[in-house]
Amino acid sequence: MTSYLAGGERLTDWLTTRDHKRIAVLYAISITLFFFLGGVAAALIRLELATPQGDLVSDDTYNKLFTAHGIIMVWLFLIPSIPAVLGNFLMPLMIGARDLAFPRLNLASWYLYMAGGAIVLWALLAGGVDTGWTFYTPFSSMFSNSHVVAALCGVLVLGFSSILTGLNFIVSVHTLRAPGLGWFRLPLFVWANYATSLILVLATPVLAMTLVLVAIERLFQVGIFDPALGGDPLLFQHLFWFYSHPAVYIMVLPAMGVASEIIPCFARRPVFGYRFMAYAILAIAVIGFLVWGHHMFVSGQSMYAGMVFSLLSFLVAIPSAIKVFNWTATLYKGSIRFSAPMLYALGFVGLFTIGGLTGLFLAALALDVHLSDTYFVVAHFHYIMVGGSVMAYLGGIHFWWPKVTGRMYSETWGKIAALVIFAGFNLTFFPQYLLGYAGMPRRYHSYPEEFQLLHVLSSAGAVTLAIGYLMPLGYLAWSLRYGARAPANPWLATGLEWQTASPPPEHNFATPPVVVREPYAYTPEGP
Amino acid sequence: MNAPVLEPQFRDHAQQDFARSFGMWVFLSSELLFFGPLLFGYLYLRMHHPEATGMASRHTDMLLGTVNTAVLLTSSLCMALAGQAAQKGNEIRDRRRAARLLALTAALGIVFLAIKGVEWHQEFDEHLFPGVGFHPSDGGDAGTVHGMELFFLLYFAATGLHALHLFIGVSACLWLMRGPRAEAVELVGLYWHFVDVVWIVLYPLLYLTLRSGG
Repeated sequence: MTSYLAGGERLTDWLTTRDHKRIAVLYAISITLFFFLGGVAAALIRLELATPQGDLVSDDTYNKLFTAHGIIMVWLFLIPSIPAVLGNFLMPLMIGARDLAFPRLNLASWYLYMAGGAIVLWALLAGGVDTGWTFYTPFSSMFSNSHVVAALCGVLVLGFSSILTGLNFIVSVHTLRAPGLGWFRLPLFVWANYATSLILVLATPVLAMTLVLVAIERLFQVGIFDPALGGDPLLFQHLFWFYSHPAVYIMVLPAMGVASEIIPCFARRPVFGYRFMAYAILAIAVIGFLVWGHHMFVSGQSMYAGMVFSLLSFLVAIPSAIKVFNWTATLYKGSIRFSAPMLYALGFVGLFTIGGLTGLFLAALALDVHLSDTYFVVAHFHYIMVGGSVMAYLGGIHFWWPKVTGRMYSETWGKIAALVIFAGFNLTFFPQYLLGYAGMPRRYHSYPEEFQLLHVLSSAGAVTLAIGYLMPLGYLAWSLRYGARAPANPWLATGLEWQTASPPPEHNFATPPVVVREPYAYTPEGP
Repeated sequence: MNAPVLEPQFRDHAQQDFARSFGMWVFLSSELLFFGPLLFGYLYLRMHHPEATGMASRHTDMLLGTVNTAVLLTSSLCMALAGQAAQKGNEIRDRRRAARLLALTAALGIVFLAIKGVEWHQEFDEHLFPGVGFHPSDGGDAGTVHGMELFFLLYFAATGLHALHLFIGVSACLWLMRGPRAEAVELVGLYWHFVDVVWIVLYPLLYLTLRSGG
């Protein structure tokens, strides 16, 4: 059978495709572009912070830079990254289906993504936005002179793209599973994307309407959120974080799914405590809906609300810890091979653990008063989103690269890049914990001289990180032309996606698969 | 009428129909949350401006609102009957009946939108549209006026969003009339009833609230 890449090679064939695998490739190319665009903004931020004076860019420009970095990285890279690229490619393969339930809707969601991306890009190029990615009112609604409404529209459109992807995954998992593939035989990657989809479908519309209300306040001067007009800024924060805290789990749950596929494969052991891993994913998704108030400990919300939100935030640590312990227990007595995907996955576990534990600092009411709005917070969420999600995304790209492209990349270069990224990441963000603890507030373009050493270390780390991120572009592109042909199952992995050719044919399987085994049936020698 | 096409990702028609109706349910759950911030804003309004909510609510046209509620409920009945007729739809007679009922559903939807338009026009004339032109006849102090303005903001946002949904529903009905397949009528029916249910919630919140005693 011919692969999904063969035949129909004109651009119009790609732009009108309904094949989930091709749509995944379209997403991969577009989010990579946005990732490097967001990276350029980050590079300029770190360059400015190399000296205590605000000498490279003005404070206004600095505000626009971190806003551009935040909006692009959150909505144009992290939210769609693993679900829309790896999820789109793998979900139908992993459940033994010929495609997602609604292929046209899947393509529509990519077009919405591109339209939203274009609008955001226009807003950024036409003069930028200076509100931060959080669009806090009343600054965003009444005071900012930048292109807030355009940016809000862009994010709104991106939200609809997310909702359609989530809807497609939920329906596909419910209806298209292969015979014999019961819920507790699903790969954890499918569980993770399923839980993520629930959040996408149920939280994103709340953000959409909230952004509409901000735009209304800005356009009609009606007080909803602005206290000067009789509105209430806390109302905005409640509505915004009702989406945006669960959004953190949109970013990290799929990453957990990726790690759960890679670690058993390269430890040659079944994943430890499979059912608890699945339950933990669901628990994180559900509790994640109830913790938004921990972003508002110092915003003037009621003390009692703060106590409840603090307690609930601590509860999220339990399922998260279950996952970390189970990954570790999977490694115990395993026949571990430190391949490139495995290095990324292990990096993910370590960095996620540090990011998660420092999250507990911030969930503690009294400590948060000291740490709120400092670099400690910046370091914490970058450990989760970059150390966690981006490491896992890259791990997944390496793990499934042979399946997606039919080519093997250079294992040596893959390992070197993983190590450079791990080192560069820690050098960039660990000093920021220290900066934050010492009192450096976030979002300033100048700072007292005593912070310079840590800032310079962080900027040096950013350079290392940038080199690390550029390396895969080189050797992965090289592999497309010169890499060895990939066999169907190069890692001897379980999972239905490895039972078809690399790259898979148009409707995935020559004969519809039937599942007779439990998931992750690994042995030291083979699957 | 053509037999429905089986798309390649599905094993059989039963699977395809289930996936589509399940997809509509998931979509509606997302829609429900879309109205969420408006309802949360309303809760906030009721807690912080109880007086103003009542005063603003008394400016809405209860007669037209009530008539519209009846119109919309009747349209849902027609939609349900259309679904039944399409289910039976083996004979040409049943399919014609389904198409007629869909036309009636759409017509009632249009009547609803027309009446809603008249109401909006009235409110616009009475300077009840939020913004610089907002001057209710019985204003009072700034706090009360602001509460009333917030009420009308939520009123216009919620009824406007509802009307947009209804417009989409009407278009879907008219499109379906050409060949009312049972599965498609069921999907549009689910959507139509959802739009109806949203109104059932909006009607008491916006028209009936704190109306007594004034």
